[in-house]
Amino acid sequence: MASIELKNFEASKKMKGLMGQYFTELMGPEAKEKKIAWCTSVGPAELLRALGFEVYFPENHGAMLGATRMATDLIPLANARGFSPDICSYLTSDIGSYLKGESPFNKMGLSGPPKADVLVFNTNQCRDVKDWFQFYARQWDVPCIGLHTPRSIGDVDENIVKFVAKQIEELVEPLEKIGGNKLDMDKLKEVINLSRKCTQLWKAVLETAANSPSPITFFDETIQMGPAVVLRGRQDAIDYYEILLAELKQRLADGVGAVEGENYRIYWEGMPIWGKLKNLALQFAELQTAVVASTYCNSWIFDTLDPDKPFEGMARAYSELYICRSDEPKEAYMERMIERYNIDGVLYHNAKTCPNNSNSRYDMPQRLNAKTDIPFVIIDGDLNDLRLYSEEQTRTNIEAFCEQLSQA
Amino acid sequence: MKYYCGIDIGASTAKLVIIDPAGKIVGKSLQRSGIDYAKTAAELLSSVCARESIDRALIVRSLATGYGRDNVPWSTGKMTEIACHGKGAYFHFQKRMTVIDIGAQDSKVIHLDDAGKRESFKMNRKCAAGTGAFIEEIANRLALDISELNALAESSDHDASLGSFCTVFAATEVLEKIRAGVKVGDIVREAFNSVVKRVVEMDRIDGMLVTTGGVVAHNPFLAKLLGESFNTEAHIPPDAQYTGAFGAALFAREQVNSKSPK
Repeated sequence: MASIELKNFEASKKMKGLMGQYFTELMGPEAKEKKIAWCTSVGPAELLRALGFEVYFPENHGAMLGATRMATDLIPLANARGFSPDICSYLTSDIGSYLKGESPFNKMGLSGPPKADVLVFNTNQCRDVKDWFQFYARQWDVPCIGLHTPRSIGDVDENIVKFVAKQIEELVEPLEKIGGNKLDMDKLKEVINLSRKCTQLWKAVLETAANSPSPITFFDETIQMGPAVVLRGRQDAIDYYEILLAELKQRLADGVGAVEGENYRIYWEGMPIWGKLKNLALQFAELQTAVVASTYCNSWIFDTLDPDKPFEGMARAYSELYICRSDEPKEAYMERMIERYNIDGVLYHNAKTCPNNSNSRYDMPQRLNAKTDIPFVIIDGDLNDLRLYSEEQTRTNIEAFCEQLSQA
Repeated sequence: MKYYCGIDIGASTAKLVIIDPAGKIVGKSLQRSGIDYAKTAAELLSSVCARESIDRALIVRSLATGYGRDNVPWSTGKMTEIACHGKGAYFHFQKRMTVIDIGAQDSKVIHLDDAGKRESFKMNRKCAAGTGAFIEEIANRLALDISELNALAESSDHDASLGSFCTVFAATEVLEKIRAGVKVGDIVREAFNSVVKRVVEMDRIDGMLVTTGGVVAHNPFLAKLLGESFNTEAHIPPDAQYTGAFGAALFAREQVNSKSPK
């Protein structure tokens, strides 16, 4: 089956240029004049952009360290420094990269991640993001501020929205001082409007996968999601997704599937395994199985961003995320996705260093299976630390799972 | 006469089985998987054909399974060991069952319905606890040959187990027990109980319990302990170490039959 080739997107060339331009803005010569804010991937990026900060997302760098497989060599440096091998391997990869002074950005002719003027976190994902940012705050003696969003939220009620919205508003004053710009509410509304448009287009991109054959897979999406994460709130992200969506619509019109001869459709629950994306994409393609939907890629859809209620809308959007919800809304979400994407089987990635984004640990696969009769498989691995990944066991698990689907 | 071949190249041992159209084993052999799977596979095929006077040209389909399933150039197909152990075990008992295969490097729990269709499966996490590698390590620490373990464990009525999940730490526990003068039979039984515990915590069982693989083939007492832990009897099919290879041969036969004109 060595002849299997993955289908690339024409749009990807444009994305490469777009991301390269963004990184140059942050790390190139002109960046010296700018105020840089680090932001967690589901942090209040819109507020930072409206205040005139250049916004850098270290989780994107974490994913790059994973995808380039630099992470496994860098993580031990952070471990030796006092960050356990059991905690977030984005954090340990990134801090290892800092300690060694090596980054995938170097290959782009850039010096490496930009030094922050302020680090802004949101604990909606986990506590690790705050610990991560505080390390750099100590290193550079710069402020680390953020939002303490509750976790394991059931209904996102008004109390939670008010609680988080108030925290976002309270960020304004210190950020104005650090950045030297007063918040212009019209600018904030404009950024939120752009962010919402980006999110709507990203959602439309993902939803093309509800078709059979699907024109796109989870593995494509993990790459294509870059602008939705790091460029939301900017026009160039919107322009990009319009191009990508047009290409996907053309694939649909032409009946072109991302996986040749798509037989089965899988839902990927949990983090990507960044260092093995290509291997896994090829294996699924060989098995004529398309991974068509995921919790992960859908986590950058912020339906409730509202230019007319900037703080409340952001608070709601960033508290509604799957990752900070309790199991009841998570299960209900999964049921809807299984139905919507016509899923044959669910793969749960139990990422050793990411308990908050591993949902196979509290009996959810068994409960969902009982409700939906959709089979599941659990693979043990990690987002970045390939010391925690067994290639052969994973391959066998996936192959055996597809064999099982073929019996149905 | 047509024949069908199944080869299971496992982490430790490669097994080859040739069956006739009725599913009867007409030849079988095993050897260490070694470092050149293709060579091992060729040697096994040649030796079985020579010993049983089977004309290779009459083997109409061959199917490979196990870790080395992609390294058998002459096989005409492949399936995972999960599928093949299920298939091989079901052939003998033909009822709803849970198959537990304890191999050298991993353990698998496979649930089959009344018709032999797989409902679900689970492999151990990527750790040698609960596998043959653990038993080998303990035998090594005790300077015993693997073939001595079953009788030693059976001779003990000491129903404890080694506490650690980790094979290396468990081996350290063994050293402590040697120092404390614990009887060798008791230590081996503790090691068996430890494997049983690691398997029991993997999954539930439904229906009949069938155990396969080299570990139970050579250590039926371990299967007995496993059955007791699940409050049931653990059945061991004939040629239990060959169950995966046998299942592969059955799949080869099924594939040929499904392609034949009706």
